[in-house]
Amino acid sequence: MEKMKRDGTFYINPYLGGVLLGLVLFGTYYITGRGLGASGAVKSSVVSAVHTVAPVHAEENKYYSKFLSDDASPMSNWLVFEVIGVIVGGFLSGTLYGRLKFKVEHSPKITGKTRLIAALAGGILFGVGSQFARGCTSGAALSGMAVLSASGIITMMAIFGSAYLFSWIFKKLWI
Amino acid sequence: MIGPLIPMGVIPETWNNVIALLLGVGFGFALEASGFSSSRKIMGTFFGYDFVVLRVFFTAAITAMTGIFYFDYMGWMDMSMLYINPYYVMSAIIGGIIMGFGFALGGFCPGTSFTGIAIGKIDAMVFSGGLFIGVFIFSELYPLFQGLYNSGNMGAAKIYDLLGMRETVFAFLLIVAAVGMFYGAAFVEKKVKKVEY
Repeated sequence: MEKMKRDGTFYINPYLGGVLLGLVLFGTYYITGRGLGASGAVKSSVVSAVHTVAPVHAEENKYYSKFLSDDASPMSNWLVFEVIGVIVGGFLSGTLYGRLKFKVEHSPKITGKTRLIAALAGGILFGVGSQFARGCTSGAALSGMAVLSASGIITMMAIFGSAYLFSWIFKKLWI
Repeated sequence: MIGPLIPMGVIPETWNNVIALLLGVGFGFALEASGFSSSRKIMGTFFGYDFVVLRVFFTAAITAMTGIFYFDYMGWMDMSMLYINPYYVMSAIIGGIIMGFGFALGGFCPGTSFTGIAIGKIDAMVFSGGLFIGVFIFSELYPLFQGLYNSGNMGAAKIYDLLGMRETVFAFLLIVAAVGMFYGAAFVEKKVKKVEY
């Protein structure tokens, strides 16, 4: 193994990282018959929160009601537990490599405030887009690619193509 | 044990959430250790100064795909039982474009933002907060989007069927394309000025 620094600058080899991630994804399909995900957990939480605050509204809304069933709370969704695991796994890795620190990471060309406004806007757009595409980079694109689904490959190309174009338009936010 | 294990009834459903948690730990660890908790490292792929996203993403996709094909071929897993996201043509493309826009502004995707949160990135926390708002907005305005969201349903379509290819041929071409991109990425990285982050 390469010499490991604990000052936060060490990352594993990206191909090793890819194989690890690929094995986790493969294991997920082998065990559960479905892929990994991330935005689905957010959706479950939103559905659950709205259903708690305004049960009638949630039941009447055609979108929330798709995900409400009588026998299980939407929070008991598989993806919610998986995402809790993601945070735990990220924390373990961050601890191991010395990266735990509260900070706003941003380009020297912009202020922390600008970064946070852009991050909020980006999150909102990603939230909206992931509902249209029935999944995000994890659930639609990556998991879809592993089983060669049309939706996975098309969504992946749309995400990366669009991100490439827009990142040059908003270049100042990054470099 | 022939997979997928839970749908086949090999592992009882009660273990579902424990398994979800454990697989999530592996997922989060692989993402963070590869550097996906840093938005500026992620964005390197689009500017050419760090192709970690391209490398990890495509390596993971072809690794998982190869495993699935191999297990199916050996009779250790029934690939036809795996869940395939339905393909709604316009909704998938428009959703992808909106997500790409969000990616360029936010520098994260949902999964990577959760690993950012795990190590204390405040920008990742704000991004994730945005996700909840975005899902809420979509849900509340669903009557407006309903037509688009449900149009052009092609069911659990496979890409090789749409292209009229044999699945193994497509899988092989995808691996070749990925390796080609890895070489291309290494070439571009050498030409592009380093960015400190």
